[in-house]
Amino acid sequence: MAHYLLRRFCSMFFILLCVSIITFSLMHFVPGDPAKLIAEKKYGDNVTAEAVELVRSEMGLDRPVFIQYFNWMAGILRGDFGISSSTGRPVWDEITSKLPATVELALAAMLVSLIIAIPVGILSAVKQYSIMDSACMLGAMLGVSMPNFWLGLLLILVFSVNLGWFPVYGRGDLTQLILPALTLGTGIAAVTARLTRSSILETLKQDYIRTARSKGLAERAVINRHALKNALIPVVTVVGLQIGSLLEGAVVVEVIFAWPGLGRLLYDSIFARDFSVIQGCVFFIAVMYVIVNLLVDIIYVWLDPRIRYEAG
Amino acid sequence: MHDVVVKIIESGPPFLETVKRLKKHKLAVAGLVIILALSLIALFAPFIAPHDPNKLHLAHRLLSPGGDYPMGTDNLGRCLFSRLVFGSRVTLLAGFCVVGITSTVGVVLGIIAGYRGGLIDEFIMRCVDVLLAFPGIILALVIAGIMGPSLFNVMFALSLIGWTSYARVVRGAVLSVKEREFVEAARSLGASDNRIMLRHILPNVLAPVIVMATLGMAHVILSAAALSFLGLGVQPPNAEWGSMLNAGRIFMRTAPHMTVFPGLAIMLTVLAFNFLGDGLRDALDPWLNNNN
Repeated sequence: MAHYLLRRFCSMFFILLCVSIITFSLMHFVPGDPAKLIAEKKYGDNVTAEAVELVRSEMGLDRPVFIQYFNWMAGILRGDFGISSSTGRPVWDEITSKLPATVELALAAMLVSLIIAIPVGILSAVKQYSIMDSACMLGAMLGVSMPNFWLGLLLILVFSVNLGWFPVYGRGDLTQLILPALTLGTGIAAVTARLTRSSILETLKQDYIRTARSKGLAERAVINRHALKNALIPVVTVVGLQIGSLLEGAVVVEVIFAWPGLGRLLYDSIFARDFSVIQGCVFFIAVMYVIVNLLVDIIYVWLDPRIRYEAG
Repeated sequence: MHDVVVKIIESGPPFLETVKRLKKHKLAVAGLVIILALSLIALFAPFIAPHDPNKLHLAHRLLSPGGDYPMGTDNLGRCLFSRLVFGSRVTLLAGFCVVGITSTVGVVLGIIAGYRGGLIDEFIMRCVDVLLAFPGIILALVIAGIMGPSLFNVMFALSLIGWTSYARVVRGAVLSVKEREFVEAARSLGASDNRIMLRHILPNVLAPVIVMATLGMAHVILSAAALSFLGLGVQPPNAEWGSMLNAGRIFMRTAPHMTVFPGLAIMLTVLAFNFLGDGLRDALDPWLNNNN
């Protein structure tokens, strides 16, 4: 287990190093001169050549690329992600002030998805090939195929515009969390339901289940006492894998519902051409994602002793 | 002589048997029919659309479905149905291009990584790990945003990140296939590495690629629509389903049809590819699991 962890940690650091290089290079996807773009934003469209050069030297854009990277990375490691050109605040402060909103939305969405997916998946598997199974899996397929931004708009149309039950925008009390959480959670629920079903079906084929049945145990006892625990291990992994979908989906959902989270910050900074915030957000999100994946892997290895011994 | 010997031993998924198995899967067949219908609509868009999709009729703004406008009009009086019909071209073009590029790049890199092994394998797989460190389409979102909103930039950004899953899956398939007897036979007959990879490994790893490409179409269509919805893809006045949804947002109260129809179009298309992909996965099942 220790050996496995050490290998994963080393791999994680290497990946984060490459992530930092890619994040840093993003600015170079800009068509044209980044210094000119930043200067135009600061001083207006009729910016002089001297102003552009001033911005270039202020931002260190006149130095060789690898020196720029080292300076940027040194700043990141000190917690200095730069200053936002839109608000003038430190990027780190912008990120940390928006993070709780995204975490709140993600947790609520995860809760919604588990409440829907686990019972649906179990029911589908236990009543395989029945009408219930077909209906559930068709529902899951619809959930996977439905664009989450469309679902969000439909929920607003029905529950906010027509029925007036929930507010449309913003973050504040619980009523403002429900529609965004439903929007984000439903698509993820669809994937999790399908996986829960196939995982339980796979578990029910195992020898120890056949033994339990031949001992004369009631089907309910077979499921509850033997199948569920083992079937839920891959579900834990999928829940971990859904973190990526949560972060990705959060951008769109936060934009639709004006939810003041990291996704909305990233979106706004892209349109505002606020490169410090873009780079800071992307790097922060990637680091969070890598660390969460590592934690999920560790939990998975801990839950399933067979993996531990194979992984050495 | 070499080809005859090797053909007797190796087996990839025979086309006719796959089609026979696929025909039993009703939803997959329905999906295929929808996709073919959509392709025809896209191809013959100018003949199917009743109006010019970009022509403004300010007197006919925000009309409900009915009469001359089967799906109503948008905020600039443009026929929604005509815009949906022409938008299907963008959807299918984006899907086929991105999937074509990503599957080709992914298959090539996956075969090289799996067959050659060693440092090349390590390098390619580490590239995959690094790109997968960014959740979902976040990197594509940022790249498309920074490069400037356009369909080409969306397709470029999605292609940049989309090849990784193909590479991983193909590499896994190659690792099992390369130890099989027909590969050894080909090697002992003097076939070069390139010939073995192209003529013997590739046909035997195509099954998972076909399934992934079909499901990948669904995923790319959703991603491209999401990026367009966020204002990063096709720009006005050109019709695209995601950006049409975005335009409909502020008119939800007065013109809900602007929200309903584009979303329905996206969902039906994605559903069709998902059904077909699931059906292909079942039809190709003997060849998907055979290599393990």
